[in-house]
Amino acid sequence: MNKIATLRTNETAVRVATPPLVTLRGVDKVFANEVTALRGLDLDIQAGEFLSLLGPSGCGKSTVLRLLSGLAAPTRGEITWRTKCPELGFVFQEPTLTPWSDVFTNVWLPLRLAGVSKEKARPRVEEALEQVGLAGFAKAYPRQLSGGMKMRVSIARALVTRPTVLLMDEPFAALDEITRLKLNDDLAALRSALGATVVFVTHSVFESVYLSDRIVVMAARPGRAVAEITVEAPTESRHEGFRLCQEYADTCVQTSAALHVAMGDQPPKMLKSGMP
Amino acid sequence: MSRDDFVGYAVPALTLGMGLFAWEGLVRYFEVPSYLLPAPSLIIATLITDWPVLSASLWVTLSITLKALLIAVIGSVTLAIIFAQSRIVERAFYPFAVAMQVTPIVAIAPLLLIYLTPGIAVLVCAFLVAFFPLLANTTLGLSSADHNLVDLFQMYRASKMQQFLLLRLPSALPYFLAGLRISGGLALIGAIVAEIAAGSAGQGSGLAYRIVESGFRLNIPRMFAALLLISVAGITIHLLLTALSHWLLRDWHDSERGRET
Repeated sequence: MNKIATLRTNETAVRVATPPLVTLRGVDKVFANEVTALRGLDLDIQAGEFLSLLGPSGCGKSTVLRLLSGLAAPTRGEITWRTKCPELGFVFQEPTLTPWSDVFTNVWLPLRLAGVSKEKARPRVEEALEQVGLAGFAKAYPRQLSGGMKMRVSIARALVTRPTVLLMDEPFAALDEITRLKLNDDLAALRSALGATVVFVTHSVFESVYLSDRIVVMAARPGRAVAEITVEAPTESRHEGFRLCQEYADTCVQTSAALHVAMGDQPPKMLKSGMP
Repeated sequence: MSRDDFVGYAVPALTLGMGLFAWEGLVRYFEVPSYLLPAPSLIIATLITDWPVLSASLWVTLSITLKALLIAVIGSVTLAIIFAQSRIVERAFYPFAVAMQVTPIVAIAPLLLIYLTPGIAVLVCAFLVAFFPLLANTTLGLSSADHNLVDLFQMYRASKMQQFLLLRLPSALPYFLAGLRISGGLALIGAIVAEIAAGSAGQGSGLAYRIVESGFRLNIPRMFAALLLISVAGITIHLLLTALSHWLLRDWHDSERGRET
């Protein structure tokens, strides 16, 4: 993997050399239909970082999440966790709620499966709903909520176990642009409050730059990592204003170029008049 | 009354009323003898005068129908759950279930009458027709849980029992209820058909038997009255099951969701 761009802000990044939270070495994933979803993936994920996996459809980015979550096993290679059995939270592209139960019961689900009673879970469920801005909606049913609100419920459900790692598989891809920007802002704010490690799969350059500390660009057929981009703007600066600053725009250009290379295209020429 | 209410209730009531009025008028005008076609007023009058006989028969038919439906529910849900556990079991038994379904019960009834007492034979026939839609729908429902939710349950290390109770069973509920609505009507049809088959051998005392018996005696108004009771019983079963389905699904299922137009 070659490091093609590193963006630095005034603050110099100080990385203490701790062992990564999880290490993937030479990971291959071949499906039963002989499609190679991943080939030779090496990836280190640091504790507390926000890592985005960016790439076109079929580059195996969702497969990485399934491997990390333990829902699938690698065909070859190794996945090593620093801590045994880390607490995971998973957010799917669809809200994936149980339509027959209300918001409270949906968020309670992970605790319920672990044998926590409704009364014991109540404070934590309410806290999780508060974190996603749905404090008053515990009794609502999913069908009464908008797409964005359903996604918030889904995030609350992932947060309720206080996970050390949050895996998000294109969580906002099905939402409209306005809702998506709002949820990006909220996720950025939530992330600095949580301090959890986030692995975020997306095909949006802007979303990945806005949210991530590090972006791994992936290419398809076979799925592999081709470039890595570090975004060193501090977590606290990730709010709406970040989208307007020059560094954000520059990193988007760099990331976009890396994505074009990953897809085998020439990066587009920037128009002179398009320059700010 | 809103326009929707008018269209929903008043219009069908009006056409029904007009139909009955025309029937009554034509029978009176052409002086059709009652052994050919009785007027609606005569059918109602017969229903009232023959009520002791007819109500006893109605009760017999209804109790067979409900018992058959209940046994079909228990049997089909149990079998569907067994099917859901193992694909091999499903493969092994499904052909029997299909064979049972596609063989017309009128053809089985005489055979059952040899093996069983008439009462039990009628019950078994009604059960057989009610059984399959419930089995097919519940089996489909149990296997149609959202794949992402299945993944989620697996990720949170849910036990098989938890996955079954909290995911598969609720996912199957709308399918089961759709099957129940079909089977409710079919159980009544099964009971009537089997009773006619049995009744021709001089057995039984349900509504179907009353129809056959009235036919032998050329008591056409009573035939119509019994027919009316069967229709009303069928409609009532349908309405009750629809209400049950609505009550269970009203909070969450798209089929019960009102759309703004």
